[in-house]
Amino acid sequence: MILKANFSVMALEIPSTLEQEIDERITHYPVSKRSAVLPVLHALQHHFGYISEEAVEWTAKKLDLLPIKVLEVVTFYPGFRQYAPGKYHIRVCRTLSCAMAGSFDLMDSLCQAAKIDRSGVNHHHPIAVSEDGKYSIEFAECLASCGTGPVCMVNDDFHEKVEDAAALLGQYRD
Amino acid sequence: MADINYLPGKEPHAREHRMIFRNVDRAGWDTSIATYLKEGGYEQLKAALKMEPKAVTEEVKKAGVRGRGGAGFPAGLKWTFIPPNNTKPVYLICNADESEPGTFKDRYIIHQDPHQLIEGMAIACFAVGAKLAYIYIREEFPEGAKILEKAIAEAREKGFLGKNIQGTGFDLEIYVHRGAGAYICGEETGLIESLEGKRPYPRIKPPYFPAAMGLYLCPTIVNNVETLCHVKHIIQMGGDEYAKLGTPNNTGTRILCVSGDVQKPGYFEVQVGKVTMGELIHDMCGGLKPGRKLKAVIPGGSSAKVLRGGEVFKIKRGDAMVDVSLEDIPMDFDTLAACGSMAGSGGVIVIDDSRSISWVLNNLNAFYAHESCGQCTPCREGSLWMKKITDRLVAGQGAPGDIDTLDSVARQIDGRTICAFGEACSWPTEAFVAKFRDELVADTNPGTADAIVNRETLLAAANLAQ
Ligand SMILES: Cc1cc2nc3c(=O)[nH]c(=O)nc-3n(C[C@H](O)[C@H](O)[C@H](O)COP(=O)(O)O)c2cc1C
Ligand code: SF4
Ligand code: FES
Repeated sequence: MILKANFSVMALEIPSTLEQEIDERITHYPVSKRSAVLPVLHALQHHFGYISEEAVEWTAKKLDLLPIKVLEVVTFYPGFRQYAPGKYHIRVCRTLSCAMAGSFDLMDSLCQAAKIDRSGVNHHHPIAVSEDGKYSIEFAECLASCGTGPVCMVNDDFHEKVEDAAALLGQYRD
Repeated sequence: MADINYLPGKEPHAREHRMIFRNVDRAGWDTSIATYLKEGGYEQLKAALKMEPKAVTEEVKKAGVRGRGGAGFPAGLKWTFIPPNNTKPVYLICNADESEPGTFKDRYIIHQDPHQLIEGMAIACFAVGAKLAYIYIREEFPEGAKILEKAIAEAREKGFLGKNIQGTGFDLEIYVHRGAGAYICGEETGLIESLEGKRPYPRIKPPYFPAAMGLYLCPTIVNNVETLCHVKHIIQMGGDEYAKLGTPNNTGTRILCVSGDVQKPGYFEVQVGKVTMGELIHDMCGGLKPGRKLKAVIPGGSSAKVLRGGEVFKIKRGDAMVDVSLEDIPMDFDTLAACGSMAGSGGVIVIDDSRSISWVLNNLNAFYAHESCGQCTPCREGSLWMKKITDRLVAGQGAPGDIDTLDSVARQIDGRTICAFGEACSWPTEAFVAKFRDELVADTNPGTADAIVNRETLLAAANLAQ
């Protein structure tokens, strides 16, 4: 299953703690509020799982920008998603040293273990999601741990020398 | 360093000279400021604050430390490029984007010794007159960003950051800024655009040399994580003493990261130029895998031009021209440059004779095609062409003349683009074609026994079909 941009989301509800965190982050940029685009988007993506159209508009309003100035950032950086990934989002390093250490096999076995079909991924839609929506996966470029490949990330956790796909997924069950 | 114990199995190699990585994998070490202070932490900042800022820069110049981020530019000299009559604020940015394939050193400094970096940054900020600094860290180091933020808060609490540091009247705030998964954010002007909240489109130089016109068009010093850590040790040792480490014009230590086809990949901090490629691979990394031969080495991150196993280089030594074999190359800036490649970011990727060159090159080309920012036509289109041609090669669907086309595409990129990504993406192709032409040409003929058929092939074929 390949996820496409999904704009049919409910109006954004920003918890006050999240807004406080965002307001504090904005103070890190005393010269230009626009500099806070990435940190605001990170905070929103961390909370909602992806950047919705509403999140773009909310960010623009927060930082006194035209929404396009935010959207152009969202669409450029591979780190921002416009659709919800699985509960556990896996990024497998694709680049040379990890590929030499078996990252393509790791990708296959993770897909098999998590029941993910990657046959439809392409440059614009790099993420594939499991049928149950629990796991999603994509290739990432060099994660700066080339000596311990194959490496991957599951959400914010980093894993090195990953050999057993099932054992890795076992840590992310619930 | 007899008093330092390292975690079992993580002991430094006997040939290492641990300075920046002194506390990496160290038993009983943690990232707290209490631990750091116990070992004389922030003493160098205190010492620097008693000096004239210009004198600090002078020590860094004398030390001769060259940038560890890729270009190898002398750090002290860069700092003097801030216009002398400048009236604008000055900023300092630590480049913690660590995204050059094959490079994995800044990761360990950030995760295991954050205060060393903060102390180095604070000294550098004092020297160049920056009151606001950012650490631009790649998004894929979420834990690292947290560790740095905690360390900054601790340093602030202890009066090493913030207002009126140690009663000297020097103010400094450091903030952590997270990227979002784009390699081009490592390029310093792309990084600056990104820090301004925009797409990381690199700026053209001239006029946008960061030291003159950087962040918010103010003078900005951008240095790599490892480079900034060296500053602390330069103040500790004095520039002249520091310059005795390493070799002339290639001073200090540096961290080499080895990955690929060796028995024991890893990181090694050595005096620059005091270890040869052969010693690094065969001794420090435990050699190649059983029965394998060295086919190629990429010596300084994926953008560095590949060297062929068994290659002999003619280089100048003093007034004479001498032959140097691949294994005898000292791992320094100047010799690797003389051999037609570069020391770059210190990422050494070793490739043995089990690997197909088409496959290796295709993997790298896919990286660059994905990461081009798209501003310059030669880079945007060329990087994709190079990927597509090598896609065909690994899929066994190459055509006669493909290798010439590949080479000509590469040669139409470098020197014709806004930023050095143009060189970064075309050099691998240029060098692989120059050194492995026969093998690549053989792969254009699917009928030959040399054509590769493996699962990469099938994967690439699936991509072609799209
Ligand atoms: C495409 C490209 C990617 C780069 N990536 C990085 C990087 O990830 N980390 C880094 O420190 N420097 C990187 N650099 C080099 C920076 O532009 C800059 O030269 C460096 O941060 C300066 O610091 P230094 O003088 O201390 O090495 C990159 C350069 C280019 C052209
Ligand atoms: S050379 Fe490539 S990465 Fe650099 S500015 Fe041009 S298109 Fe962007
Ligand atoms: S190649 Fe995978 S971490 Fe560098």
